[in-house]
Amino acid sequence: MEPYFQLAAEASSSTSRTLTITLFLVFVAVTLGITIWASRQTKTATDFYAGGRQFSGFQNGMAIGGDYMSAASFLGIAGLIALYGYDGFLYSIGFLVAWLVALLLVAEFLRNSGRYTMADVLAFRMRQRPVRTAASVSTIVVSIFYLIAQMVGAGALVSLLLGIKPGTTFLGMDADTAKIATIVLVGALMIVYVVVGGMKGTTYVQIVKAFLLMTGALVMTLLVLAHYKFNLSSLLGEAASRSGKGSAFLEPGLRYGVETADAAKTFYSKMDLLSLGIALVLGTAGLPHILTRFYTVPTSRIARKSVLWAIGIIGTFYLFTLALGFGAAAMVGGTAITAQDKAGNTAAPQLAQELGITYLGGDTGGAVLLAIIAAVAFATILAVVAGLTLASSSSVAHDFYASVIKRGQAGERDEVRVARISAFVIGAIAIVLSIFAQSLNVAFLVALAFAVAASANLPPILYSLFWKRFNTSGALWSIYGGLTSAVFLVFFSPVVSGTPTAMFPDSDWHWFPLSNPGIISIPIGFLCGWIGTIVSKESDADKYAELEVRSLTGHGAH
Amino acid sequence: MTTDATPTDKYLEVQQSAEFAGLRRKLRNFVFPMTIAFFLWYSLYVLLSAYARGFMSVKLVGNINVALLFGLLQFVSTFLIAWYYSRYAAKELDPIADKIGDELAGTTVAATPEPVETDTTAGTTAGTTTTTATTDPEGAK
Repeated sequence: MEPYFQLAAEASSSTSRTLTITLFLVFVAVTLGITIWASRQTKTATDFYAGGRQFSGFQNGMAIGGDYMSAASFLGIAGLIALYGYDGFLYSIGFLVAWLVALLLVAEFLRNSGRYTMADVLAFRMRQRPVRTAASVSTIVVSIFYLIAQMVGAGALVSLLLGIKPGTTFLGMDADTAKIATIVLVGALMIVYVVVGGMKGTTYVQIVKAFLLMTGALVMTLLVLAHYKFNLSSLLGEAASRSGKGSAFLEPGLRYGVETADAAKTFYSKMDLLSLGIALVLGTAGLPHILTRFYTVPTSRIARKSVLWAIGIIGTFYLFTLALGFGAAAMVGGTAITAQDKAGNTAAPQLAQELGITYLGGDTGGAVLLAIIAAVAFATILAVVAGLTLASSSSVAHDFYASVIKRGQAGERDEVRVARISAFVIGAIAIVLSIFAQSLNVAFLVALAFAVAASANLPPILYSLFWKRFNTSGALWSIYGGLTSAVFLVFFSPVVSGTPTAMFPDSDWHWFPLSNPGIISIPIGFLCGWIGTIVSKESDADKYAELEVRSLTGHGAH
Repeated sequence: MTTDATPTDKYLEVQQSAEFAGLRRKLRNFVFPMTIAFFLWYSLYVLLSAYARGFMSVKLVGNINVALLFGLLQFVSTFLIAWYYSRYAAKELDPIADKIGDELAGTTVAATPEPVETDTTAGTTAGTTTTTATTDPEGAK
């Protein structure tokens, strides 16, 4: 089958390429239309930051899914499962369980007591300027890390999905130029979505993308399952045997917590697995672009409902990726996948092609399904980066400009104008950084963003909402403590230097043995928050009464 | 910013009322233990994946092993906890929260004129007066 696949890929690549680009342009045209429509509806700051707070639970649930299911989870997890089997599945579980933290401890209270940003809750009973500055810093750091990972990923994907091989050109561009062009294009589009459409436009882009992604994944899942006569066991058996790894493919340990002869290495590898697991579960409820989504609905009850929808949608999606990953291993095979991309990112598109060839009428069918899935992948990236840009520009304008610089005296129009300018600037910075980083291995940045969110954002959010004694000093300690410890440890970790897959493979300054800092930096974030609080005498019982009553009852909610 | 017409003592009074204490207790007695429970349950799964590979690789039916079952159970437990919380909240928390909220709104009468998004976009060009009242907020409240 493998030689056949390669041949088919050659024959259909130009049809598929044209179709991918056409579909992608259709998506861009539709979303730009929505964005322009949304811009006409965007008049107040609430419209720009929170989409007018008029979205329904289902709409926001879809948008949360659209914001959250990045290319890293669609192509990345499917690829991880296709190459490493069970461990890819293990990764996706952390992403799902994390939503319980958001549901039980964060979403409703944030919606009730905040207005536009994460800092609204953190600074509620604190000294505004220092806390908002800190929250703004950590929001931007998390978002930029995440943005770079997504945009560099987009650049790498385009040459793979459009089949631009080294030595060949496409529209006169070689693979490297195409990469840079993609990064610039993705960046420019995300800036337009955010600057023009604000939260309303961005939300609809995410809803459309979530719908496309779920539909695409559902169709592929059904085809895979049908191929194995809905017998999960035979799908798994075939995947295991075609992976070349046998039954180990269906067990944990091929990717995370790898056991080697070196006892110390094995120990650290297993610690790394635990560290990653904790960061995934605790990071989600601290991601600024996820938190701002809770403000787009009218009440906390609907915020709850939207998280329930999100859990359903995201959970179903990860079950689909399970079928897609094992399906790719079984139907495409490990050799053919790694031949295209060592990291397995093309496993899902390759599977789409294979399914199309088998079930939709030969090569043309293969080209069509490949094109659809490739276009969905681009849509996925666009929606996620737009959400990130919006969250960080909102924080710059609402927290830093309006509260810190203007000391709360900025007019609404002024604030929104600054938000739009910041979106432009942040977008431009992300484009430039991504171009510089494009040849580096930056895949670890997604996990780092989760680790920073869990270490620097979640502790002060939980303390703010539930600990009466918490104060300004505690908030600053936990944000800066969690942030610096996470970034510091990663800087000296094997993902930045000292290993062949590191960001800088040719240098070595690493001494921290884990690739994920969470297991150390998250406790540091919580501990710093506690120490910072008790070393300061400040405590505002009146303000806490207001925060607690409002967050639990919804009284006075915006 | 916030129309802070509700006096602070009002919030303090509510916060110290037996009713609010009951709401807080009901909320915390649910969400804290539940958070600890699912976190331990998830940790157990990750720990088993790291340290109990023999156990995880035991085949149950065909090629379906303990590891896969455990992973799928994490999905099931997540869905169940989410469903159970929403039911609990609707039954046990929302009515009290509403009652307290209504009392607060009642006592502060004219206070807190709900943030009717005052069109600060002063120069709203005559033609585009359509407000943001778009669609269906799922019967808010």
